[in-house]
Amino acid sequence: MRYSVGVDVGSTQTKAVLLDMDRRIVARSLVDTGAYLVRAAERAYEKALAEASVSRSDVGYVIGTGYGRFKVAFGDDQVTEISCHAKGAWALYPSTRTVIDIGGQDTKAIKVSDRGEVLDFAMNDKCAAGSGRFLTNSAEALGMEVSAIGEKSLEARNPVRLSTVCTIFVETDILSYLASGKKVEDILAGVHGAIGSRTVALVRRVGAESEVTFTGGVARNVGMIRSIEEKLDIRVNVSADAHYTGALGAAIFAIERMHAGAEVMA
Amino acid sequence: MTASLVAGIDMGSRTAKAVLLDRDGAMLGFGIARMRPDFDGLARDALDQAIAAARAAPEDVAYIATTGMGRYNVPFRDIQITDITAVAKGAVHLFPGTRSILDIGAQSTRAMRVLEGGRVKDFRTNDKCAAGAGGFAERAARYLEIALDDLGPLSLKADSGQVISSVCAVFAESEIINLVTAGQSVENIVRGIHDSLAQRGFQLLKRVGVEAEITFAGGMALQSGMVNALEIAVGQKVNVAERPELIAALGASLLARQRLERQQEGQAAA
Repeated sequence: MRYSVGVDVGSTQTKAVLLDMDRRIVARSLVDTGAYLVRAAERAYEKALAEASVSRSDVGYVIGTGYGRFKVAFGDDQVTEISCHAKGAWALYPSTRTVIDIGGQDTKAIKVSDRGEVLDFAMNDKCAAGSGRFLTNSAEALGMEVSAIGEKSLEARNPVRLSTVCTIFVETDILSYLASGKKVEDILAGVHGAIGSRTVALVRRVGAESEVTFTGGVARNVGMIRSIEEKLDIRVNVSADAHYTGALGAAIFAIERMHAGAEVMA
Repeated sequence: MTASLVAGIDMGSRTAKAVLLDRDGAMLGFGIARMRPDFDGLARDALDQAIAAARAAPEDVAYIATTGMGRYNVPFRDIQITDITAVAKGAVHLFPGTRSILDIGAQSTRAMRVLEGGRVKDFRTNDKCAAGAGGFAERAARYLEIALDDLGPLSLKADSGQVISSVCAVFAESEIINLVTAGQSVENIVRGIHDSLAQRGFQLLKRVGVEAEITFAGGMALQSGMVNALEIAVGQKVNVAERPELIAALGASLLARQRLERQQEGQAAA
């Protein structure tokens, strides 16, 4: 029983993190979620185990998180992604007081204590405006890879102002900007600016207390980091493991549960 | 021979539609072209198709009115007309008893109430959010891997409608995926999509006032299951044209014809 695992089944991608008992990341894995959540969770778990050459019997506790957390059939328990992102961000940056998590379909602002506990949170519950899907659809409308749009947006001289935050309407908005001869980078700056504004509005609802840590798949996008930093007028922490923060938090909860269980047994 | 035909071009979010009329208002031909960023070329494509269908020549077209969200992006237009005015004109022309209109396009849903003679009394649109517009059904069809044209008949085969609870079209996609994996039948899901769009359309209609006759316009009216769901939601039969997606272009072409007549009368008087 030398390891714990956190599996974060997100709307778009599923992440798994394998930790040793010193809370060091031994392996991480990433797979597309697709339509079959149970299978996605299984694949992410297997991939992480294979990367570290660890067998299932060496894993003491598995926690599922994310929107598909109840589909982690092999898991011992589930924890909400709010708690896991708070815990994971705190583990990466112990001075974190505010977490911004932008995933495929939702955006959350979380206020955390000095021990990584959730004090308050706000999220987009009614619509997907401002989430990762907004970026994916925008990239698609421009015929670009989503991984390339953040960098490109930084070249903007005259950012456009989008007329919509709706993830579906944005495609038409982009087409009409293209038709009127706007530059791709200016359109992209408008896209990143729109999500940045929406995110910062969420953050203000819980209070933007330093340090701010940016987690979730969208934290890989340099244009989004820049947009949020400009609007908050503050630097934000972005870890190389930002995408895995939820899974990391889940794996830490798993270790805590193992210890608690051991104490009860003793 | 002098140019004597008029054209209406509806620059919608998914397709551009062109309708060509003769001097007496009879439709000679139409054309439909798939959306692309080159709006000028797109509008020309649709118009050229209509001209070819009418066995006419480009120089026969005397006056061109554009409508739809891209109506300002057609450089060769003579005038642009709002979608609301164009749809009302087209609907009342086809169904003179029309008092309420629901128009569901790819990205916009509009409810209108019109007076006798086709003047618009009131209207409402879904301007902020795509839930309730046809694009939602199109995306769902893609996810379910069925052709858009098959949605209507499939929906009619449902044994019970599966309620779609999400209000956002993006969230609804995830909900649909989950329903599929949970083993819900495609028929029931499609019916649920139609019911959800019908409910939203009905809410919009109620805000302008629902009065018989109701005319259902726009591309979504091509789907039999959608028409059925709307009729159940509003509790009465609705008028559906043979080509409901052309109503806005038709209305624009009728308005183009009026303009041209007035212009020529003015010239004759002078």
